[in-house]
Amino acid sequence: MANYAHNEVLVSTEWVSQHGADAGVRVVEVDVNTASYAEGHVPGAVGWAWDSQLCDTVRRDIVPKDAFEKLMADSGISNDTTVVLYGDNNNWFAAWAFWQMKVYGHADARLMDGGRVKWLAEGRELSTDTPSPAPASYKASGPDNSIRSFLPQVSAAVESGSVELVDVRSPEEFTGEILSPPGLPETCQRGGHIPGASNIPWVKACAADGTFKSADALRAIYRDAGISGTKPIIAYCRIGERSSHSWFVLKYLLGLDNVTNYDGSWTEWGNLVGAPVSRGA
Amino acid sequence: MKAEHFTVRQFELSGWPVRITSYRIGTTWHAKADNVSPGATIATATGETHWEAVADATEKARKRLAATRRFR
Repeated sequence: MANYAHNEVLVSTEWVSQHGADAGVRVVEVDVNTASYAEGHVPGAVGWAWDSQLCDTVRRDIVPKDAFEKLMADSGISNDTTVVLYGDNNNWFAAWAFWQMKVYGHADARLMDGGRVKWLAEGRELSTDTPSPAPASYKASGPDNSIRSFLPQVSAAVESGSVELVDVRSPEEFTGEILSPPGLPETCQRGGHIPGASNIPWVKACAADGTFKSADALRAIYRDAGISGTKPIIAYCRIGERSSHSWFVLKYLLGLDNVTNYDGSWTEWGNLVGAPVSRGA
Repeated sequence: MKAEHFTVRQFELSGWPVRITSYRIGTTWHAKADNVSPGATIATATGETHWEAVADATEKARKRLAATRRFR
C-alpha cells in the first residue's frame, strides 16, 4: 500500500484472497447496481443493498441505529469483526457503508482497494452462493455526527466562509449544465453548486485500475484545487455516496481530522426554496 | 468460477463519453455501460454471446443518454 495516513483501512485484492475467510473477518459487497452481487461475488461475501439496508426506508436518512445493529448481527458481524467492504463504481457505496459504520462506531472497517472491478479484472474466484452466517451480537454506539454535516451547518458555513466546501460531482453537474449524472433521473429542481465550493470530482482519486492514487498524488489534487485543510472540510455530491468516497480519501488516506460528509448533498440543496446557487465553473 | 475475457472499451454515445465493461461468468456474458465521469452505471445487460450483451447494454444506454437534458 502507498504511504497513506491510515494504511490500516485499505486492503488489497490479494489480501482478501488470502484472508477473506479468516475467523474474525467478514467481507461485504455493496454495489450501486444491486444486481451485481448475484452475478458472482467474492466467495463468502455478504451482500448489502444500499437502497434498502443502508438507509431509512421511510424518511430520508441513514440507516437507523436499531436497523444497523440488526444488519450487522444478521451478517455475522460482532463489534470486534474486521469488516472488508467492496463494491462497483470504484467502491461508491462501499465507502457509503464505511462512513455509516463509522457513524455507528465500528472499530475495524476497511475498503478493498480497487473494488469489484479489480477483483473481476484479475480473474479471481467468484461465487454465487449466498452465505448464511451465524447471527452475531452487535451493539452500535453513536451516532457520531462529528463526521456528518446537516443543512443548518452547511448554510451557516456558506454564510461565514468558515469551511472549505468540496463538490465531488462531475464538472457538468457542478456548473449546472446537467441536473444529474447522464443517464440517471433528474432529482433536483435547480442545477449548479453551493457558493464557494471547489469542484474536485471523486474519480480524480482513482487510478485506471480502480485503486486509490498515492498519497502524494492525492495531496496534490486537493492542494491544486485550493483545499488547504486549514479549515474544516465539508464534502458533498448528489446523494452522499460519492462524497463518502472523497470523505474517506480526505480523512483516512490524507489524515485530515475535520472532514464531514454532507449526505443531504445536491438533492437537498438544489431543491431548497431560496437557497443561494452558483452556476458555471 | 471466474470472470473471463474482461474488457473495457470507451467511445462516444449520444454526445457523451461512455465506457462499456464486458466479461463472461460461466456461460453468461455481462455488459455494463457507465458514463465515465461521474462513473454511474447507465445500463446493464446479459446475453449468450459477447455481442448480444454489449449491443443490448449499448442500446439501453443510448436511449437513456439521449434523454439527458443539457442547460447551457
